[in-house]
Amino acid sequence: MSARDGILRAIRQNRPSGTYALPPLPDFAPLVGDDLIASFGERLERMGGRLAQAGPDGDPLGAVRERLAGARVVASAVPEVAGNRDLARVAHPADLADVDVAVVRAVFGVAETGSVLFTQDELRVNAVAYLAQHLIVLLDPADLLVNIQAAYRRPEFGRSAYAVLHTGPSATADIEGVLIHGAQGVRSLTVVLLART
Amino acid sequence: MSAPDDLRIHDGAADRGGLIHPEIRQPDDESERGPDGSRLQHAEGTTQPLSAAPKAAQAREPQPRGARIRGNRPIDQAEAAERFIAAPLHLKAHDERLWDLRKKRDAVAHTIPEWEELRELASQIKAHTLTNLDAYLEQFEAQAKANGVHVHWAADGAEHNRIVHGILTDHGARTLIKSKSMLTEECGFRHYMDAHGIEIIETDLGERIQQLDKEEPSHVVCPAVHKTRLDVAEVFARTLGTDPENDDIHYLAESQRETTRPYILTADAGMTGCNFAIAETGTVVTCTNEGNADLSGNVPKLQIHSIGIEKLIPRVEHLGVFIRLLSRSALGSPITQYTSHFRAPRAGTEMHMVLVDNGRSARLGMEAFWTSLKCIRCGACMNTCPVYRRSGGLSYGATYSGPIGLIIDPTFNKRKYSTLPFSSTMNGSCTNVCPVKINIHEQIFAWRKVLAEEHEIPLVKKGMMKAAGQVLSRPAAYRAAIGAADSALRVLPRFAVYNPLNTWGRGREMPETPRQSFHAWYKQNRAKTDGAA
Ligand code: SF4
Repeated sequence: MSARDGILRAIRQNRPSGTYALPPLPDFAPLVGDDLIASFGERLERMGGRLAQAGPDGDPLGAVRERLAGARVVASAVPEVAGNRDLARVAHPADLADVDVAVVRAVFGVAETGSVLFTQDELRVNAVAYLAQHLIVLLDPADLLVNIQAAYRRPEFGRSAYAVLHTGPSATADIEGVLIHGAQGVRSLTVVLLART
Repeated sequence: MSAPDDLRIHDGAADRGGLIHPEIRQPDDESERGPDGSRLQHAEGTTQPLSAAPKAAQAREPQPRGARIRGNRPIDQAEAAERFIAAPLHLKAHDERLWDLRKKRDAVAHTIPEWEELRELASQIKAHTLTNLDAYLEQFEAQAKANGVHVHWAADGAEHNRIVHGILTDHGARTLIKSKSMLTEECGFRHYMDAHGIEIIETDLGERIQQLDKEEPSHVVCPAVHKTRLDVAEVFARTLGTDPENDDIHYLAESQRETTRPYILTADAGMTGCNFAIAETGTVVTCTNEGNADLSGNVPKLQIHSIGIEKLIPRVEHLGVFIRLLSRSALGSPITQYTSHFRAPRAGTEMHMVLVDNGRSARLGMEAFWTSLKCIRCGACMNTCPVYRRSGGLSYGATYSGPIGLIIDPTFNKRKYSTLPFSSTMNGSCTNVCPVKINIHEQIFAWRKVLAEEHEIPLVKKGMMKAAGQVLSRPAAYRAAIGAADSALRVLPRFAVYNPLNTWGRGREMPETPRQSFHAWYKQNRAKTDGAA
């Protein structure tokens, strides 16, 4: 008997008695106020991320221009920012090891947690969101969802090869509980509010 | 080396000399404080610096090691715990760190009005899935195959290792980067691959520390929580060539990042475990703070996901329940930094999923214990357990430690782990915090009976059980007496641990079941548990 058949047979033989129905999921009231942007920003910052404030001249990218200008290698997956590493021409993900800053657009944000979602379509090369030293995320304020429950009703999870919620940067406190950003992935994550064009 | 006094300061004042990339810390240190200056405490971060940090270099205290493994002989957890208690710096740091996680969990749970409803839903979804596991596994397999994934089935750990080795051999793969997975610990995966000349690199910081020190993880979420930074500095100096005098945590973490990155870039294969497997879509979900599962899954050309069959949940929408519970229960943070959904291979790469039984289908047939399969490995029961906090995960000498370990480990080896169910004060705190509402302490109690009846317990312990102590003899009265209040729990462990009778380790607390006689209970349970042994 194959392992598969053996396992399935054992499961059927050992099925616990009684019936356990799948409970319907209620709609939980959002735990955020009406100002989704404020909630999102506050929670993102508690998770170690940053919400970029528009510059004095109203330039939404004002807060990250310095970081972009100081970077040697910028991999941009968005039309709003010009990079110098073309993600369409990456032969192997490891070739992105020298990327200083990556710029990607989020599918949506989640106010309850300060999370942003990407799929392989936004990232172009999935690994760029982890191998880069810093990540800049463009988010259309109209794409903010209230909570995680709303997020999991979105179709992206069912159809994307890869979908990932980022909530702040890579972090660890594995040694004595001392928080370190950039454990293995990006050292910082900054969200820029910018409507889709 | 910092001046002795500096060792007490953990929040940014310590000397940063010796950093590989000091520039990344300036001008803005984005780690420890938010923009408003308040201390950040997401991931496994503590709410305040540990007061247990050694005050001077001469206070260096050797790390207490875990239980002595003597073949199949019963683990003497109490002996290992005594050595842990005899190391006051480690004991204090460990106890405080885990209690801090427990308090963070409470604080964040109280902000969710539907918290108890979520726990009940999670428990019901798991009960439903486990009692229909065959159908959900078949659905998962069909979906994964339709997504272009290669699906394998492994009856036990050895078969899992052989299957993965076969996949690697087919691809000529010699190196594999992996993220943390308790399942692969169960399978003895690293040891097996070592013996077959495959290099395995753990990419989670805590797990990497443990790998380099040739120790098992001591906690399901924080694998190196029993080590101080002085211990880590010693391990890294010995294995990674770092400066043995530099125990700055930023330096240590950065050293690990810098030395692991080359492996990540060149590995032939990547592997992750699985927090949730979605039957409806064939998706593997991982929850990490470091992003290392995403590196393992997205950089190498070959990716492998090892899945315990009990990880199944029916639909994507159910993640809306479990994701809200997992990190809040584990660390007191609303979500892990990364919640990753792997469904189909990237273009030009191969994706394999290995569904592993390793005793789970047998556990399903144990009437008193099958609900332990609901466990989502959050570690909350460990953080709250007075015995665990004061003895360290390695004292259990098993893959799983703490309250959940007490009820899972004997299903793997009834003789070797026969003493573990006695490592509990039966205070019920584990049951109260469990996000999937497993009746942990009642199962611990049930195991004591099974083991006593099957003569897996040394005679002396059985004699002690008959002479059950007064208060401890009635769990309900006992719980009512101490309540679940933090203050009571805070006081109790000192009594339980430091009392000269060494309560937990000696199996004194053998309560009577109120309604059912022991023999009636045993008859009812025996057939199934025997079959599963
Ligand atoms: S038994 Fe419950 S509390 Fe313990 S690790 Fe599992 S899910 Fe968490």
